[in-house]
Amino acid sequence: MTVPLDFSFAFQQLVYGLTLGCLYGLLAIGYSMVYGVLRLINFAHGDLLMVSAYFAFFGMVIFQIPWPVSFIGSVLFTAILGILIDRGAYRPIRKSPRINALITAIGVSFLLENLGLVLIGGRPKSFPLPALFEGSFVIGAVNVPALSIWTLLVTLVLLVVCAVVVKKTRIGMAMRALSRDMETVMLMGIDKDRVISFTFALGSAMAAAGGIMWCMKYPAVEPFMGVIPGLKAFVAAVLGGIGNITGAALGGLILGLIEVLFVAVEPDWSGYRDAVSFFLMIVILLTRPTGIMGERLPD
Amino acid sequence: MAHTWEQILTEHKTTMLQIEDLHVSYGGIRAIKGISIDVGSREIVCLLGSNGAGKSTTVRAISGLETPQSGNILFAGKSIKGWAPHKIQRLGLVHVPEGRKIFANLTIRENLLMGAYHTRDKVVLRQLFERVYDTFPILASRSGQLGGTLSGGEQQMLAIARAIMSRPRLLIMDEPSLGLAPMIVANVFEIIKRIRDEGVTIFLIEQNVNVALKIADYAFLLENGVVSLEGPGYELIEDERVKQAYMGGGRSNN
Repeated sequence: MTVPLDFSFAFQQLVYGLTLGCLYGLLAIGYSMVYGVLRLINFAHGDLLMVSAYFAFFGMVIFQIPWPVSFIGSVLFTAILGILIDRGAYRPIRKSPRINALITAIGVSFLLENLGLVLIGGRPKSFPLPALFEGSFVIGAVNVPALSIWTLLVTLVLLVVCAVVVKKTRIGMAMRALSRDMETVMLMGIDKDRVISFTFALGSAMAAAGGIMWCMKYPAVEPFMGVIPGLKAFVAAVLGGIGNITGAALGGLILGLIEVLFVAVEPDWSGYRDAVSFFLMIVILLTRPTGIMGERLPD
Repeated sequence: MAHTWEQILTEHKTTMLQIEDLHVSYGGIRAIKGISIDVGSREIVCLLGSNGAGKSTTVRAISGLETPQSGNILFAGKSIKGWAPHKIQRLGLVHVPEGRKIFANLTIRENLLMGAYHTRDKVVLRQLFERVYDTFPILASRSGQLGGTLSGGEQQMLAIARAIMSRPRLLIMDEPSLGLAPMIVANVFEIIKRIRDEGVTIFLIEQNVNVALKIADYAFLLENGVVSLEGPGYELIEDERVKQAYMGGGRSNN
């Protein structure tokens, strides 16, 4: 034990952990949604975080568009990109074995990263922080950044929106049905590709929201910035039970907390923080592959 | 030409589904080798055959789940061969799949809503729910429960109810009696007859020959991917070849 564990220190770490966890959670939801509907691990999902960061960056810095417009535009464009990725890469091989789609997903991920490298260059760009998100509140000995509060708020709102869409709307009902039985959904007169497109759009929009907030926290935009968060979000999705949206959000929060607390308790081992996540995933896959909230699949 | 205009018109009007020289391969095997079937409007037409005769492949080709190699499928005079399943359904050709395929993770009400997915009109929707709940009171009392909690017979009722919600002109039912107790089978067939009487054409796939032929206006016997026998239900029920087809097929359930 190298650091004394008092109350304010613990609370401080809790704030950091929850903030990180929210970002993982937002990203994990998209992973879980797409997996739920297509049984596909969309490895390009993490790169959408990077793409959304660039969209927002270009909007604010190059085109000098006000940040709220840039942010919303970035979310919309990322959602459209999500749909295009599905149409261009996954739809043509919908009837192929799942491993083909998985390899395609890795290919799409490399494509996006290298496209960023070629078109924009590898030098990290500094992401401007809008004044609204600057500063922090000091409560006793605890420093709560304004950005943390915003991250929690935005995540909470988006989670509620997501839950309402999936549980209460027609298209959400079709998504839930599609996750169990694609053929019978088609027999109901429903165009499955439209439901799948919607799923990609929703998941990608969540990733974009996460990506923009990620950039405000770690303000360096570069083509490979989505790789590690993407992998972490995948771990979070597995931890929560892949295919389950609430589980994904929960998995993200838990993973964020574990990571931050690990570093807080053993600062000397902070270099191993990524390893902790992946070790956790191995443990889950060995002991409880369905995750915290996952249901056993019929097959 | 011996046909008068009147004859041509009535003929056209009375055929709901017309299958012409259909060939379908399933998993690299030629499962359907040139069958022709007519389903008259407002009739119950039955497709019989043992396991592996090609019954399911035939109906899967009709509803668009399989792509035929050649031949034609006409629904109400319109060729639907090669169409996507959701487009075919929206014409009013509704397929209740084998094994009922209830959405176990959706409530009973949601299952019914899936059937009426494209019905946005609140009034029409309410009328459909009333009609369905009237026919199947058990579904009304359990509308908030998950589909997976129903028994086999109840799931079959829900599958039929869900199809009614789609307002079908032609209802294709693949093995509705599969795995059900005899009393429930009788109940299901009673309901099928009632749906026909309300003006819906029924294309029924069955292994339960005796029950099916009692309500069928016309029937086809499928053997090894070809139609080996056809005729009115009351004729086929006496036919030795029907019995033989089932005995020889080495029937094992499922």
